[in-house]
Amino acid sequence: MAERPLTSTFDPAGPRSLEAYVRGGGYAAARRALAEMTPAAVAGEVKAAELRGRGGAGFPAGVKWSFIPRTDPGPFYLCVNADEGEPGTFKDRHILAHDPHLLLEGIILCAYAVGVHTAYIYIRGEYEEPARRLEKAIAEAAGAGVLGASVLGSGFSLDVIVHRGAGAYICGEETALLESLEGFRGQPRLKPPFPAAVGLFGKPTVINNVETLAHLPAVIRNGASWFLGLGKPKDGGTRLVSVSGSVVRPGVYELPVGTPLRDVVFVHAGGLAPGRTLKAVIPGGMSSAVLGPGEIDVPMDSASLAAAGSMIGSAGVIVIDDAVSMKTVLDRISRFYAHESCGQCTPCRVGTSWIRRIVLRRGAGEGRAGDLDRIVRLAGAMKGRTLCPFGDAAAVPILALVTKFRAELEQ
Amino acid sequence: MTNAFPSGLRTRIEAILARYPNRRAALLPVLHLVQRERGFIGPEDEAEAAVLCGLRPVEVREVLTFYTMFRREPAGRHLLRVCTNLSCSIRGSAGILDHLRRAFGLQPGRTTPDGRFTLVEVECLGACDKGPCLLAGDTLHENLTPAALDAILRELE
Repeated sequence: MAERPLTSTFDPAGPRSLEAYVRGGGYAAARRALAEMTPAAVAGEVKAAELRGRGGAGFPAGVKWSFIPRTDPGPFYLCVNADEGEPGTFKDRHILAHDPHLLLEGIILCAYAVGVHTAYIYIRGEYEEPARRLEKAIAEAAGAGVLGASVLGSGFSLDVIVHRGAGAYICGEETALLESLEGFRGQPRLKPPFPAAVGLFGKPTVINNVETLAHLPAVIRNGASWFLGLGKPKDGGTRLVSVSGSVVRPGVYELPVGTPLRDVVFVHAGGLAPGRTLKAVIPGGMSSAVLGPGEIDVPMDSASLAAAGSMIGSAGVIVIDDAVSMKTVLDRISRFYAHESCGQCTPCRVGTSWIRRIVLRRGAGEGRAGDLDRIVRLAGAMKGRTLCPFGDAAAVPILALVTKFRAELEQ
Repeated sequence: MTNAFPSGLRTRIEAILARYPNRRAALLPVLHLVQRERGFIGPEDEAEAAVLCGLRPVEVREVLTFYTMFRREPAGRHLLRVCTNLSCSIRGSAGILDHLRRAFGLQPGRTTPDGRFTLVEVECLGACDKGPCLLAGDTLHENLTPAALDAILRELE
C-alpha cells in the first residue's frame, strides 16, 4: 500500500477538530520547526523536497520562497490560494472538508520559513461552508495559542485571515488574486515585477495553493529525501488527483507523483460503466489538452504530461466515454472561457467570445463551412498573446479538441 | 446618508476593516455582508460601501459588476445555483434543469412569479465527483436526481 501522508488520517465522518488533529500528531512538525529549526532550514528542506506547486503552474515551492528579497524591510505576506475554480478539480475542498488544521499547520511552516506574520486565505465565494469551517478552525487555533501573538509558545506571531472571493475563475491566477484581495476587479497584473518582489499591498508576497501547503507538515516531519522518494526526481511526493466524469468511482485519490494515468482511470477510479468505451481523458483540469484513448499510458507528473503534449495542471482528471458527444465537450469548454475571460486583453476577450458564438451557431444548425478552421485560427491568435496564462488555458484545450476529434465535430 | 447601514452591520464592518492595512481591501467582504443582510446590493448600499471603504461610488460599481456572485437586484427567497460545467454535464445536469423547468416552472436566469425561487446556471462548483450538484442558498446538494430535487425544493418555502 502506497503511503498517503496527506489523507491517511482523514476521518470520513467530517473535519477533524483541533483536539483530534493534535491527538493524531498534528502541529508536532510546526512545534519542532519553531523550536529547533531556523527559518532557512525549513525553507531548505522544502526546496530539497522538490515540492511542486499543486495549483496548476507546478512551480517548485521552495524556489518560489527563495525569491523573497531578504533585504526588503517588509512586511511580507502569504496568500493561500483556495480559489479552486479549475473545472474538474475538487481536491482543495477535500482538504478543507476533512482537515482544516493540516492547512493551518502548513501555513505556519511557510510563514515561519519566509518571515510572514499575516496570511490571507483567498477562498472562492462559492465555498461558503468550507470558508465557515476554516474560520472555525482558525478561531480554535487562536484560542489555543496555535495562532496569534506567540505561535505554539515560540514568540513567532501569525494571524490568518479568511478572505472570500465572489465568483470569478480568473482570481485563481495569482496576480488577479492579489488585485481581488486588494478590493479591485480581478484582472491580472503585468509581470515582472513578480509577487515575490511586489505583491499584496505592494509588499513581497508568497502565493501557494492549499494542497501545496498541506504537504509541508509531512515534509518537515519525515524529511526531504523521504518526500522526494515518494514521487519522481524533481517532482516529489504524492498528489491529490480529482477524478470525475464517466467513471464508476469518481473522487479524490492521493497517489504518488508519476502514477500512470491509465491506472488512475481504470484501477483507482474503477474504470468505466459496463459496456462503455473510453473516448478521451482530460488529465489536468479543463485547461489541459485532452488525450485520446491511445495516449493515456503516461505517468502523472509535470515532465511526462508535458512531453505527452498536455499538462498535469491541477490534476483534475475528467474522463469521457463514448456516451458523451465531443460537441457537448466543446460547447461546455467554449462557454466557460467566454464567461470567465476578465476582458483585459483583446485577443482573449474577443477570441473566447467569437469562438463561443461560432460554437453556438453550429449547435443551432447554422454552422458554416470552415468554422472549425476559424476556431483554430482564433485560438491560435490567443495563445501566447495575453498578460496571464488564461489565454493559453482557453486556447490549448480547444485546439486539442478540434485537432484530435475533428471528424466527430464535423458531423 | 438616507440609507445608512444599521449600527449592528456597521460594527461588523468596522471589524472587517481592521483586518486589512487599507480600507479598500475590505470591499469584497463588506459587499458580501451587505448582500447577506439585504439580499442584494442596491444603489444606496453601493454609496454607503463606498464611504466606508474610502472609495468613489463608481469604484464600487466597477468591482460589483465584475463578480458574478454579487446581485444588484433582489433574487427570489431561495437562490438555486445549478452547475452545468463539463463534469456535471456528463453526469446529467441537463436532466436536472429539465426537471426544474417541467416540475417547478423554473428557467435559468429567472425568478418565479411568487418570488420563491431564482434559478441560475453556474460554472464549476468544485463538487465534480458528486455531480450533478447545486447550491441552494449556502447549502451544497450533490448526486442530484429528480426525486432528490423534489425533496430539496419542498423544504424551501
